[in-house]
Amino acid sequence: MSDVLAVTDHRRGELRDVSYETITAGRELADETGGDLHVAVISGPVGEFAEKLNREGVDVVHTVEYGEEFNHDVYTQVLVQLYDELAPQYVVAPNSVNGLDYAPAVANTLDLPIVTDTVGLETDGETLTATREMYGGKVETANELTGNAVVTIRGAEWAGADGTGDAEIREFHAEIDEETIRSTVTGFEEVGGGDVDISDADVLVSVGRGIEEEENLELIEELADALDATISSSRPIVDNGWLPKNRQVGQSGKVVTPDVYIAIGISGAVQHVAGMKGSETIVAINTDPNAPIMDIADYAIHDDLFDVVPALTEEFQ
Amino acid sequence: MKILVTVKEVSTVEDEFEIEGTTIADQYLGADLNEWDDYAVEEAVQLQEAGIADEVVTVTIGPEDCEQTIRQALAKGADRAIRVWDDALEDVDLLDVGAKTEILRAVVEAEDPDLVLTGVQSGDDNWGATGVSLAEELGIEWGAVVNHLEHDLAEGTASVRRELEGGVEELTEIELPAALTIQTGINEPRYASLRGIRQAQRKELDVHTLGDLGVDEGAVEGAVTVTDMYEPESETDATVWEGSPEETAAELGELLREKGVAP
Repeated sequence: MSDVLAVTDHRRGELRDVSYETITAGRELADETGGDLHVAVISGPVGEFAEKLNREGVDVVHTVEYGEEFNHDVYTQVLVQLYDELAPQYVVAPNSVNGLDYAPAVANTLDLPIVTDTVGLETDGETLTATREMYGGKVETANELTGNAVVTIRGAEWAGADGTGDAEIREFHAEIDEETIRSTVTGFEEVGGGDVDISDADVLVSVGRGIEEEENLELIEELADALDATISSSRPIVDNGWLPKNRQVGQSGKVVTPDVYIAIGISGAVQHVAGMKGSETIVAINTDPNAPIMDIADYAIHDDLFDVVPALTEEFQ
Repeated sequence: MKILVTVKEVSTVEDEFEIEGTTIADQYLGADLNEWDDYAVEEAVQLQEAGIADEVVTVTIGPEDCEQTIRQALAKGADRAIRVWDDALEDVDLLDVGAKTEILRAVVEAEDPDLVLTGVQSGDDNWGATGVSLAEELGIEWGAVVNHLEHDLAEGTASVRRELEGGVEELTEIELPAALTIQTGINEPRYASLRGIRQAQRKELDVHTLGDLGVDEGAVEGAVTVTDMYEPESETDATVWEGSPEETAAELGELLREKGVAP
Protein backbone atom coordinates (compact mmCIF):
# COMPACT_ATOMS: atom_id res chain seq x y z
CA MET A 1 0.00 0.00 0.00
CA SER A 2 2.24 2.75 -1.21
CA ASP A 3 1.09 6.00 -2.67
CA VAL A 4 2.22 7.90 -5.73
CA LEU A 5 2.61 11.66 -6.11
CA ALA A 6 2.21 13.12 -9.61
CA VAL A 7 3.36 16.67 -10.29
CA THR A 8 1.66 18.90 -12.85
CA ASP A 9 3.00 21.50 -15.24
CA HIS A 10 1.51 24.84 -16.18
CA ARG A 11 2.56 28.05 -17.82
CA ARG A 12 0.98 31.47 -18.08
CA GLY A 13 -2.36 30.39 -16.66
CA GLU A 14 -2.71 27.15 -18.64
CA LEU A 15 -2.17 23.58 -17.53
CA ARG A 16 0.09 21.76 -19.97
CA ASP A 17 -1.06 18.46 -21.50
CA VAL A 18 1.73 16.53 -19.84
CA SER A 19 -0.03 17.19 -16.51
CA TYR A 20 -2.77 14.75 -17.48
CA GLU A 21 -0.14 12.30 -18.68
CA THR A 22 1.61 12.29 -15.30
CA ILE A 23 -1.82 11.48 -13.82
CA THR A 24 -2.15 8.44 -16.09
CA ALA A 25 1.41 7.24 -15.40
CA GLY A 26 0.93 7.88 -11.69
CA ARG A 27 -2.39 6.05 -11.62
CA GLU A 28 -0.86 3.00 -13.32
CA LEU A 29 1.91 2.88 -10.73
CA ALA A 30 -0.55 3.40 -7.86
CA ASP A 31 -2.64 0.49 -9.18
CA GLU A 32 0.46 -1.66 -9.08
CA THR A 33 1.43 -0.59 -5.56
CA GLY A 34 -2.17 -0.65 -4.37
CA GLY A 35 -1.97 2.91 -3.12
CA ASP A 36 -3.55 6.30 -3.67
CA LEU A 37 -2.70 8.80 -6.37
CA HIS A 38 -1.90 12.26 -5.08
CA VAL A 39 -1.55 15.14 -7.51
CA ALA A 40 0.33 18.35 -6.75
CA VAL A 41 -0.35 21.67 -8.42
CA ILE A 42 1.90 24.51 -7.38
CA SER A 43 1.57 28.28 -8.11
CA GLY A 44 -0.84 30.02 -10.48
CA PRO A 45 -4.65 29.77 -10.22
CA VAL A 46 -4.46 26.49 -8.31
CA GLY A 47 -8.16 26.32 -7.40
CA GLU A 48 -9.17 26.45 -11.04
CA PHE A 49 -6.40 24.02 -11.97
CA ALA A 50 -7.47 21.57 -9.25
CA GLU A 51 -10.97 21.33 -10.74
CA LYS A 52 -9.48 20.44 -14.12
CA LEU A 53 -7.05 17.95 -12.59
CA ASN A 54 -9.87 16.10 -10.87
CA ARG A 55 -9.79 13.34 -13.46
CA GLU A 56 -10.68 9.71 -13.08
CA GLY A 57 -8.27 7.88 -10.78
CA VAL A 58 -7.08 10.89 -8.81
CA ASP A 59 -7.56 10.51 -5.04
CA VAL A 60 -6.29 13.85 -3.74
CA VAL A 61 -5.25 17.09 -5.42
CA HIS A 62 -2.89 19.15 -3.26
CA THR A 63 -2.90 22.82 -4.11
CA VAL A 64 -0.14 25.20 -3.14
CA GLU A 65 -0.78 28.87 -3.62
CA TYR A 66 2.48 30.70 -4.11
CA GLY A 67 3.15 33.14 -6.92
CA GLU A 68 1.91 32.92 -10.47
CA GLU A 69 4.63 31.18 -12.40
CA PHE A 70 7.02 28.31 -12.05
CA ASN A 71 10.00 28.83 -9.78
CA HIS A 72 12.26 25.85 -9.20
CA ASP A 73 13.23 26.88 -5.67
CA VAL A 74 9.55 27.00 -4.68
CA TYR A 75 8.73 23.72 -6.42
CA THR A 76 11.68 21.97 -4.80
CA GLN A 77 10.75 23.12 -1.30
CA VAL A 78 7.07 22.29 -1.72
CA LEU A 79 7.69 18.83 -3.14
CA VAL A 80 10.18 17.92 -0.46
CA GLN A 81 7.62 18.92 2.18
CA LEU A 82 4.80 17.10 0.42
CA TYR A 83 6.97 14.03 0.19
CA ASP A 84 7.67 14.19 3.92
CA GLU A 85 3.96 14.55 4.61
CA LEU A 86 2.62 11.89 2.24
CA ALA A 87 5.53 9.44 2.12
CA PRO A 88 4.78 8.29 -1.44
CA GLN A 89 6.83 5.53 -2.99
CA TYR A 90 7.12 7.29 -6.32
CA VAL A 91 7.14 10.91 -7.40
CA VAL A 92 6.19 11.24 -11.07
CA ALA A 93 7.11 14.50 -12.80
CA PRO A 94 7.03 15.53 -16.45
CA ASN A 95 10.30 15.36 -18.37
CA SER A 96 9.66 18.91 -19.49
CA VAL A 97 12.14 21.77 -19.41
CA ASN A 98 10.66 22.79 -16.06
CA GLY A 99 10.45 19.21 -14.81
CA LEU A 100 14.19 18.90 -15.38
CA ASP A 101 14.66 22.16 -13.48
CA TYR A 102 13.31 20.76 -10.19
CA ALA A 103 12.99 16.94 -10.26
CA PRO A 104 16.76 16.28 -9.94
CA ALA A 105 16.93 18.77 -7.05
CA VAL A 106 13.99 17.11 -5.28
CA ALA A 107 15.56 13.68 -5.71
CA ASN A 108 18.92 14.83 -4.45
CA THR A 109 17.43 16.65 -1.44
CA LEU A 110 15.51 13.55 -0.48
CA ASP A 111 18.46 11.27 -1.29
CA LEU A 112 16.30 9.34 -3.75
CA PRO A 113 17.39 7.86 -7.06
CA ILE A 114 16.02 9.56 -10.16
CA VAL A 115 15.25 8.06 -13.55
CA THR A 116 14.54 10.66 -16.22
CA ASP A 117 12.91 10.59 -19.64
CA THR A 118 11.15 7.28 -19.08
CA VAL A 119 8.88 5.86 -21.78
CA GLY A 120 7.57 2.94 -19.71
CA LEU A 121 7.13 2.26 -15.98
CA GLU A 122 6.27 -0.90 -14.14
CA THR A 123 6.53 -1.95 -10.52
CA ASP A 124 5.83 -5.03 -8.46
CA GLY A 125 5.59 -2.86 -5.38
CA GLU A 126 9.27 -3.20 -4.60
CA THR A 127 11.29 -3.06 -7.80
CA LEU A 128 10.60 -0.38 -10.35
CA THR A 129 11.47 -1.12 -13.96
CA ALA A 130 11.77 2.00 -16.08
CA THR A 131 12.15 1.83 -19.84
CA ARG A 132 14.38 4.46 -21.44
CA GLU A 133 15.84 5.08 -24.87
CA MET A 134 19.51 5.47 -25.66
CA TYR A 135 21.47 6.61 -28.71
CA GLY A 136 18.62 8.62 -30.15
CA GLY A 137 16.14 5.76 -29.92
CA LYS A 138 18.35 3.11 -31.52
CA VAL A 139 17.99 0.96 -28.41
CA GLU A 140 15.80 0.77 -25.35
CA THR A 141 17.01 -0.21 -21.90
CA ALA A 142 15.31 -1.60 -18.82
CA ASN A 143 16.46 0.22 -15.68
CA GLU A 144 15.73 -1.29 -12.29
CA LEU A 145 15.77 0.14 -8.83
CA THR A 146 14.29 -0.84 -5.51
CA GLY A 147 12.68 1.42 -2.96
CA ASN A 148 11.39 4.92 -3.44
CA ALA A 149 12.27 7.04 -6.45
CA VAL A 150 11.63 10.14 -8.51
CA VAL A 151 10.84 9.52 -12.17
CA THR A 152 10.20 11.89 -15.05
CA ILE A 153 8.06 10.80 -17.97
CA ARG A 154 8.49 11.70 -21.61
CA GLY A 155 5.63 13.65 -23.12
CA ALA A 156 3.03 11.91 -25.29
CA GLU A 157 4.08 8.41 -24.17
CA TRP A 158 1.10 8.06 -21.83
CA ALA A 159 -2.42 9.06 -22.80
CA GLY A 160 -3.79 12.03 -20.92
CA ALA A 161 -6.20 11.13 -18.09
CA ASP A 162 -9.79 12.05 -18.80
CA GLY A 163 -13.20 11.67 -17.18
CA THR A 164 -14.19 13.39 -13.96
CA GLY A 165 -12.98 11.98 -10.68
CA ASP A 166 -14.10 12.44 -7.12
CA ALA A 167 -10.81 13.66 -5.77
CA GLU A 168 -10.56 15.54 -2.54
CA ILE A 169 -9.02 18.96 -3.09
CA ARG A 170 -6.70 19.87 -0.24
CA GLU A 171 -4.77 23.05 0.32
CA PHE A 172 -1.23 22.30 1.31
CA HIS A 173 0.40 24.96 3.45
CA ALA A 174 4.04 24.72 2.55
CA GLU A 175 6.56 26.74 4.47
CA ILE A 176 8.60 28.53 1.88
CA ASP A 177 11.96 29.85 3.00
CA GLU A 178 12.28 33.02 0.93
CA GLU A 179 16.00 33.24 1.68
CA THR A 180 16.63 30.23 -0.48
CA ILE A 181 14.76 31.62 -3.49
CA ARG A 182 17.70 32.92 -5.44
CA SER A 183 16.23 32.95 -8.89
CA THR A 184 13.53 35.20 -10.26
CA VAL A 185 11.53 34.83 -13.43
CA THR A 186 11.24 38.29 -14.95
CA GLY A 187 9.27 37.48 -18.09
CA PHE A 188 8.62 35.39 -21.13
CA GLU A 189 9.32 35.94 -24.75
CA GLU A 190 7.93 34.28 -27.83
CA VAL A 191 10.70 33.55 -30.24
CA GLY A 192 10.68 32.49 -33.82
CA GLY A 193 8.22 35.08 -35.06
CA GLY A 194 8.87 36.79 -38.35
CA ASP A 195 7.23 36.89 -41.72
CA VAL A 196 7.03 33.14 -42.36
CA ASP A 197 4.66 30.96 -40.40
CA ILE A 198 5.54 27.36 -41.16
CA SER A 199 2.45 26.15 -39.32
CA ASP A 200 0.34 27.68 -42.14
CA ALA A 201 2.02 25.77 -44.96
CA ASP A 202 0.30 23.01 -46.98
CA VAL A 203 3.59 21.45 -48.00
CA LEU A 204 6.74 21.61 -45.93
CA VAL A 205 10.12 20.68 -47.34
CA SER A 206 11.97 20.04 -44.10
CA VAL A 207 15.71 19.68 -43.91
CA GLY A 208 17.95 18.11 -41.25
CA ARG A 209 21.53 17.33 -40.38
CA GLY A 210 21.89 15.13 -43.47
CA ILE A 211 22.34 18.25 -45.60
CA GLU A 212 25.86 18.47 -44.12
CA GLU A 213 26.87 21.94 -45.27
CA GLU A 214 25.18 25.32 -45.37
CA GLU A 215 25.81 25.77 -49.09
CA ASN A 216 23.90 22.55 -49.78
CA LEU A 217 20.72 24.28 -48.61
CA GLU A 218 20.52 25.61 -52.15
CA LEU A 219 19.26 22.17 -53.23
CA ILE A 220 16.41 22.46 -50.75
CA GLU A 221 15.59 26.01 -51.83
CA GLU A 222 15.41 24.92 -55.46
CA LEU A 223 13.07 22.08 -54.54
CA ALA A 224 10.86 24.34 -52.42
CA ASP A 225 10.67 26.81 -55.30
CA ALA A 226 9.75 24.11 -57.80
CA LEU A 227 7.06 22.74 -55.49
CA ASP A 228 5.89 26.13 -54.29
CA ALA A 229 6.43 24.77 -50.80
CA THR A 230 7.76 26.27 -47.56
CA ILE A 231 11.10 25.32 -46.02
CA SER A 232 11.31 24.15 -42.44
CA SER A 233 14.02 22.30 -40.55
CA SER A 234 15.06 20.25 -37.58
CA ARG A 235 17.00 21.73 -34.71
CA PRO A 236 20.65 21.37 -35.81
CA ILE A 237 20.07 23.55 -38.87
CA VAL A 238 18.80 26.39 -36.67
CA ASP A 239 21.51 25.80 -34.04
CA ASN A 240 24.06 26.23 -36.81
CA GLY A 241 22.48 29.50 -37.79
CA TRP A 242 21.71 28.28 -41.33
CA LEU A 243 18.00 29.01 -40.98
CA PRO A 244 16.18 31.34 -38.58
CA LYS A 245 14.42 30.03 -35.47
CA ASN A 246 10.96 30.49 -37.02
CA ARG A 247 11.71 27.58 -39.38
CA GLN A 248 12.31 25.06 -36.59
CA VAL A 249 9.86 22.18 -36.23
CA GLY A 250 9.73 20.37 -32.90
CA GLN A 251 9.35 20.56 -29.17
CA SER A 252 11.14 23.88 -28.78
CA GLY A 253 10.04 25.15 -32.17
CA LYS A 254 6.72 24.99 -33.99
CA VAL A 255 4.14 22.25 -34.15
CA VAL A 256 3.08 21.77 -37.77
CA THR A 257 0.34 19.75 -39.46
CA PRO A 258 0.74 20.26 -43.21
CA ASP A 259 -0.90 18.11 -45.88
CA VAL A 260 2.52 16.78 -46.83
CA TYR A 261 5.70 16.88 -44.78
CA ILE A 262 8.83 15.90 -46.67
CA ALA A 263 11.61 15.09 -44.17
CA ILE A 264 14.96 15.30 -45.91
CA GLY A 265 18.01 14.04 -44.05
CA ILE A 266 16.13 14.17 -40.74
CA SER A 267 16.71 11.22 -38.42
CA GLY A 268 13.56 11.90 -36.42
CA ALA A 269 14.66 12.56 -32.85
CA VAL A 270 11.73 12.47 -30.44
CA GLN A 271 11.83 16.25 -29.99
CA HIS A 272 11.44 16.72 -33.72
CA VAL A 273 8.71 14.13 -34.13
CA ALA A 274 6.71 15.87 -31.39
CA GLY A 275 6.39 18.81 -33.75
CA MET A 276 5.32 17.10 -36.98
CA LYS A 277 3.69 13.76 -36.26
CA GLY A 278 0.26 15.30 -36.86
CA SER A 279 1.09 15.93 -40.53
CA GLU A 280 -1.39 14.30 -42.87
CA THR A 281 1.20 12.57 -45.04
CA ILE A 282 4.84 12.14 -44.07
CA VAL A 283 7.54 11.33 -46.62
CA ALA A 284 11.06 10.54 -45.40
CA ILE A 285 14.18 10.70 -47.53
CA ASN A 286 17.06 9.19 -45.59
CA THR A 287 19.92 6.78 -46.26
CA ASP A 288 19.35 5.01 -42.93
CA PRO A 289 16.36 2.64 -43.17
CA ASN A 290 16.42 2.29 -39.37
CA ALA A 291 16.21 6.02 -38.64
CA PRO A 292 13.39 6.76 -36.16
CA ILE A 293 11.68 8.98 -38.75
CA MET A 294 10.75 5.78 -40.64
CA ASP A 295 8.48 4.77 -37.73
CA ILE A 296 6.09 7.58 -38.51
CA ALA A 297 6.67 7.96 -42.25
CA ASP A 298 3.90 6.99 -44.67
CA TYR A 299 6.30 6.87 -47.60
CA ALA A 300 10.04 6.41 -47.56
CA ILE A 301 12.98 6.65 -49.92
CA HIS A 302 16.07 4.95 -48.51
CA ASP A 303 18.54 6.83 -50.64
CA ASP A 304 20.97 9.71 -50.71
CA LEU A 305 19.22 13.08 -50.55
CA PHE A 306 21.91 14.54 -52.82
CA ASP A 307 20.65 12.25 -55.60
CA VAL A 308 16.93 12.25 -54.87
CA VAL A 309 16.35 15.95 -54.22
CA PRO A 310 17.75 17.20 -57.56
CA ALA A 311 15.78 14.48 -59.36
CA LEU A 312 12.61 15.62 -57.62
CA THR A 313 13.28 19.26 -58.45
CA GLU A 314 13.72 18.20 -62.06
CA GLU A 315 10.27 16.55 -61.95
CA PHE A 316 8.62 19.89 -61.37
CA GLN A 317 10.64 22.15 -63.62
CA MET B 1 35.88 34.54 -12.03
CA LYS B 2 36.54 30.87 -12.45
CA ILE B 3 34.35 28.59 -14.56
CA LEU B 4 34.20 24.82 -14.29
CA VAL B 5 32.77 23.01 -17.31
CA THR B 6 31.75 19.37 -17.21
CA VAL B 7 32.86 17.54 -20.33
CA LYS B 8 31.73 14.06 -21.23
CA GLU B 9 32.97 11.75 -23.89
CA VAL B 10 29.87 10.16 -25.37
CA SER B 11 29.50 6.98 -27.35
CA THR B 12 28.23 7.10 -30.89
CA VAL B 13 26.70 4.09 -32.60
CA GLU B 14 26.88 3.04 -36.22
CA ASP B 15 23.66 2.53 -38.18
CA GLU B 16 24.15 -1.23 -38.06
CA PHE B 17 25.18 -2.67 -34.70
CA GLU B 18 24.88 -5.62 -32.35
CA ILE B 19 23.96 -5.76 -28.70
CA GLU B 20 26.04 -7.80 -26.26
CA GLY B 21 24.27 -8.19 -22.95
CA THR B 22 23.32 -4.71 -21.78
CA THR B 23 25.71 -2.79 -24.02
CA ILE B 24 26.42 -2.31 -27.68
CA ALA B 25 29.34 -4.36 -28.95
CA ASP B 26 32.57 -2.33 -28.93
CA GLN B 27 33.29 -2.53 -32.63
CA TYR B 28 30.13 -0.53 -33.44
CA LEU B 29 30.91 2.26 -30.99
CA GLY B 30 32.72 5.50 -31.61
CA ALA B 31 33.53 8.34 -29.24
CA ASP B 32 32.98 12.06 -29.40
CA LEU B 33 32.86 15.19 -27.30
CA ASN B 34 29.27 15.51 -26.10
CA GLU B 35 27.54 18.04 -28.36
CA TRP B 36 25.93 19.97 -25.48
CA ASP B 37 29.26 20.15 -23.63
CA ASP B 38 30.87 21.60 -26.74
CA TYR B 39 28.48 24.55 -26.44
CA ALA B 40 29.18 24.80 -22.69
CA VAL B 41 32.94 24.93 -23.30
CA GLU B 42 32.44 27.59 -25.99
CA GLU B 43 30.30 29.69 -23.66
CA ALA B 44 32.98 29.53 -20.96
CA VAL B 45 35.77 30.39 -23.39
CA GLN B 46 33.77 33.35 -24.71
CA LEU B 47 33.29 34.62 -21.14
CA GLN B 48 37.04 34.39 -20.72
CA GLU B 49 37.72 36.24 -23.96
CA ALA B 50 35.30 38.93 -22.83
CA GLY B 51 37.40 39.40 -19.71
CA ILE B 52 34.68 38.11 -17.40
CA ALA B 53 36.29 34.79 -16.54
CA ASP B 54 39.93 34.36 -15.53
CA GLU B 55 40.13 30.63 -15.76
CA VAL B 56 38.22 27.83 -17.49
CA VAL B 57 38.69 24.34 -16.08
CA THR B 58 37.08 21.21 -17.48
CA VAL B 59 36.19 18.09 -15.52
CA THR B 60 35.55 14.69 -17.03
CA ILE B 61 34.66 11.36 -15.47
CA GLY B 62 36.22 8.73 -17.68
CA PRO B 63 39.11 6.36 -18.40
CA GLU B 64 42.39 7.31 -20.05
CA ASP B 65 40.90 6.64 -23.49
CA CYS B 66 38.86 9.81 -23.30
CA GLU B 67 41.88 12.11 -22.97
CA GLN B 68 41.70 12.81 -26.69
CA THR B 69 38.24 14.24 -26.18
CA ILE B 70 39.47 16.27 -23.22
CA ARG B 71 42.28 17.66 -25.37
CA GLN B 72 39.64 18.78 -27.85
CA ALA B 73 38.09 20.97 -25.14
CA LEU B 74 41.54 22.27 -24.21
CA ALA B 75 42.29 23.02 -27.86
CA LYS B 76 39.14 25.14 -28.01
CA GLY B 77 40.46 27.29 -25.20
CA ALA B 78 39.93 25.73 -21.77
CA ASP B 79 42.97 26.34 -19.56
CA ARG B 80 43.34 23.01 -17.85
CA ALA B 81 41.49 19.78 -17.29
CA ILE B 82 40.69 17.33 -14.55
CA ARG B 83 39.92 13.71 -15.22
CA VAL B 84 38.45 11.45 -12.57
CA TRP B 85 38.82 7.72 -12.84
CA ASP B 86 39.15 4.80 -10.51
CA ASP B 87 39.22 1.01 -10.60
CA ALA B 88 35.96 1.15 -8.67
CA LEU B 89 34.36 2.91 -11.65
CA GLU B 90 35.44 0.23 -14.14
CA ASP B 91 32.89 -2.19 -12.77
CA VAL B 92 29.97 0.20 -12.65
CA ASP B 93 27.80 -0.36 -15.72
CA LEU B 94 25.62 2.67 -15.15
CA LEU B 95 26.99 5.71 -13.38
CA ASP B 96 23.68 7.16 -12.26
CA VAL B 97 22.81 10.75 -11.45
CA GLY B 98 23.49 10.30 -7.74
CA ALA B 99 26.94 8.83 -8.36
CA LYS B 100 27.95 11.56 -10.80
CA THR B 101 26.68 14.16 -8.35
CA GLU B 102 28.92 12.74 -5.59
CA ILE B 103 32.04 12.75 -7.76
CA LEU B 104 31.48 16.20 -9.25
CA ARG B 105 30.64 17.69 -5.85
CA ALA B 106 34.10 16.73 -4.64
CA VAL B 107 35.71 18.34 -7.68
CA VAL B 108 33.68 21.53 -7.39
CA GLU B 109 34.51 21.83 -3.70
CA ALA B 110 38.20 21.48 -4.45
CA GLU B 111 38.11 23.98 -7.34
CA ASP B 112 35.62 26.44 -5.87
CA PRO B 113 34.39 27.94 -9.18
CA ASP B 114 31.96 30.86 -9.42
CA LEU B 115 30.07 29.25 -12.25
CA VAL B 116 29.57 25.64 -13.28
CA LEU B 117 28.46 24.95 -16.85
CA THR B 118 27.22 21.56 -17.96
CA GLY B 119 25.52 20.44 -21.14
CA VAL B 120 21.74 20.03 -20.89
CA GLN B 121 22.20 16.31 -21.44
CA SER B 122 24.56 13.83 -22.98
CA GLY B 123 23.90 12.64 -26.50
CA ASP B 124 24.16 8.92 -25.72
CA ASP B 125 22.01 8.32 -22.64
CA ASN B 126 20.40 11.76 -22.21
CA TRP B 127 19.61 11.74 -18.48
CA GLY B 128 19.63 15.53 -18.35
CA ALA B 129 19.72 15.68 -14.58
CA THR B 130 23.29 15.93 -13.32
CA GLY B 131 23.73 19.70 -13.48
CA VAL B 132 20.66 20.49 -11.38
CA SER B 133 21.33 17.62 -8.98
CA LEU B 134 24.90 18.84 -8.51
CA ALA B 135 23.78 22.41 -7.82
CA GLU B 136 21.35 21.24 -5.16
CA GLU B 137 24.06 19.10 -3.59
CA LEU B 138 26.38 22.12 -3.44
CA GLY B 139 23.68 24.41 -2.13
CA ILE B 140 24.09 26.80 -5.05
CA GLU B 141 21.56 28.21 -7.48
CA TRP B 142 20.91 26.68 -10.91
CA GLY B 143 19.13 27.02 -14.23
CA ALA B 144 18.23 24.24 -16.65
CA VAL B 145 18.20 24.49 -20.45
CA VAL B 146 19.85 27.87 -20.83
CA ASN B 147 20.15 29.24 -24.37
CA HIS B 148 21.31 32.76 -23.57
CA LEU B 149 23.57 33.98 -20.79
CA GLU B 150 24.53 37.46 -19.73
CA HIS B 151 26.71 37.96 -16.75
CA ASP B 152 26.56 40.97 -14.44
CA LEU B 153 29.80 41.00 -12.48
CA ALA B 154 28.86 43.91 -10.25
CA GLU B 155 25.53 42.41 -9.26
CA GLY B 156 26.80 38.85 -8.96
CA THR B 157 23.94 37.59 -11.08
CA ALA B 158 23.47 35.79 -14.35
CA SER B 159 20.61 36.83 -16.61
CA VAL B 160 19.60 33.77 -18.54
CA ARG B 161 17.00 32.65 -21.00
CA ARG B 162 15.63 29.19 -20.47
CA GLU B 163 14.34 27.54 -23.60
CA LEU B 164 10.86 26.25 -22.80
CA GLU B 165 8.72 24.19 -25.15
CA GLY B 166 6.85 25.70 -28.08
CA GLY B 167 9.14 28.59 -28.92
CA VAL B 168 8.82 30.34 -25.56
CA GLU B 169 11.79 31.55 -23.57
CA GLU B 170 11.76 32.28 -19.86
CA LEU B 171 13.85 35.24 -18.70
CA THR B 172 15.38 34.52 -15.31
CA GLU B 173 17.80 36.23 -12.95
CA ILE B 174 20.01 33.79 -11.11
CA GLU B 175 22.29 34.58 -8.17
CA LEU B 176 25.85 33.34 -8.42
CA PRO B 177 27.51 30.99 -7.75
CA ALA B 178 25.33 28.81 -9.91
CA ALA B 179 25.28 25.78 -12.18
CA LEU B 180 23.72 26.27 -15.60
CA THR B 181 22.87 23.53 -18.06
CA ILE B 182 23.64 24.78 -21.54
CA GLN B 183 21.43 24.15 -24.55
CA THR B 184 22.71 23.76 -28.10
CA GLY B 185 22.42 26.88 -30.22
CA ILE B 186 23.50 29.26 -27.41
CA ASN B 187 26.63 30.07 -29.44
CA GLU B 188 28.64 28.76 -32.34
CA PRO B 189 31.25 26.33 -31.04
CA ARG B 190 34.57 27.00 -32.72
CA TYR B 191 36.77 24.52 -34.45
CA ALA B 192 40.09 24.19 -32.69
CA SER B 193 42.90 26.00 -34.48
CA LEU B 194 46.15 24.21 -35.24
CA ARG B 195 47.81 26.43 -32.67
CA GLY B 196 45.11 25.54 -30.17
CA ILE B 197 45.64 21.85 -30.81
CA ARG B 198 49.39 22.21 -30.29
CA GLN B 199 48.91 24.20 -27.10
CA ALA B 200 46.41 21.69 -25.77
CA GLN B 201 49.10 19.01 -25.70
CA ARG B 202 51.02 21.03 -23.14
CA LYS B 203 48.09 22.04 -20.95
CA GLU B 204 47.70 20.57 -17.52
CA LEU B 205 45.49 17.47 -17.31
CA ASP B 206 45.29 16.17 -13.74
CA VAL B 207 44.00 12.70 -12.99
CA HIS B 208 42.30 12.02 -9.69
CA THR B 209 41.07 8.79 -8.15
CA LEU B 210 38.02 8.67 -5.92
CA GLY B 211 40.42 8.37 -2.98
CA ASP B 212 42.21 11.59 -4.02
CA LEU B 213 38.88 13.37 -3.96
CA GLY B 214 37.73 11.81 -0.72
CA VAL B 215 34.77 10.12 -2.38
CA ASP B 216 33.68 6.83 -0.85
CA GLU B 217 33.71 3.94 -3.33
CA GLY B 218 30.31 2.84 -2.14
CA ALA B 219 28.86 6.18 -3.18
CA VAL B 220 29.37 5.51 -6.87
CA GLU B 221 27.69 2.14 -7.09
CA GLY B 222 24.44 3.85 -7.80
CA ALA B 223 20.85 2.80 -7.24
CA VAL B 224 19.87 2.14 -10.85
CA THR B 225 20.89 -1.00 -12.75
CA VAL B 226 20.48 -1.62 -16.46
CA THR B 227 19.05 -5.12 -16.76
CA ASP B 228 18.24 -5.28 -20.45
CA MET B 229 19.01 -3.61 -23.77
CA TYR B 230 17.19 -4.34 -26.98
CA GLU B 231 16.28 -2.81 -30.30
CA PRO B 232 12.75 -1.46 -30.18
CA GLU B 233 10.45 -3.15 -32.63
CA SER B 234 10.19 -1.09 -35.73
CA GLU B 235 6.73 0.35 -36.01
CA THR B 236 7.17 1.40 -39.56
CA ASP B 237 4.43 0.69 -42.01
CA ALA B 238 5.81 3.08 -44.57
CA THR B 239 5.53 2.34 -48.25
CA VAL B 240 9.15 2.20 -49.39
CA TRP B 241 9.80 3.38 -52.92
CA GLU B 242 12.72 1.61 -54.53
CA GLY B 243 14.76 2.16 -57.63
CA SER B 244 17.00 4.85 -59.01
CA PRO B 245 16.75 8.43 -57.67
CA GLU B 246 14.82 9.34 -60.84
CA GLU B 247 12.34 6.53 -60.22
CA THR B 248 11.80 7.26 -56.53
CA ALA B 249 11.54 10.98 -57.23
CA ALA B 250 8.91 10.21 -59.88
CA GLU B 251 6.91 8.20 -57.32
CA LEU B 252 7.02 11.08 -54.87
CA GLY B 253 6.08 13.52 -57.64
CA GLU B 254 3.10 11.34 -58.47
CA LEU B 255 2.00 11.36 -54.82
CA LEU B 256 2.24 15.14 -54.59
CA ARG B 257 0.13 15.50 -57.74
CA GLU B 258 -2.43 13.04 -56.38
CA LYS B 259 -2.68 15.05 -53.20
CA GLY B 260 -3.22 18.13 -55.31
CA VAL B 261 -0.38 20.00 -53.65
CA ALA B 262 2.10 20.07 -56.52
CA PRO B 263 2.03 22.80 -59.14
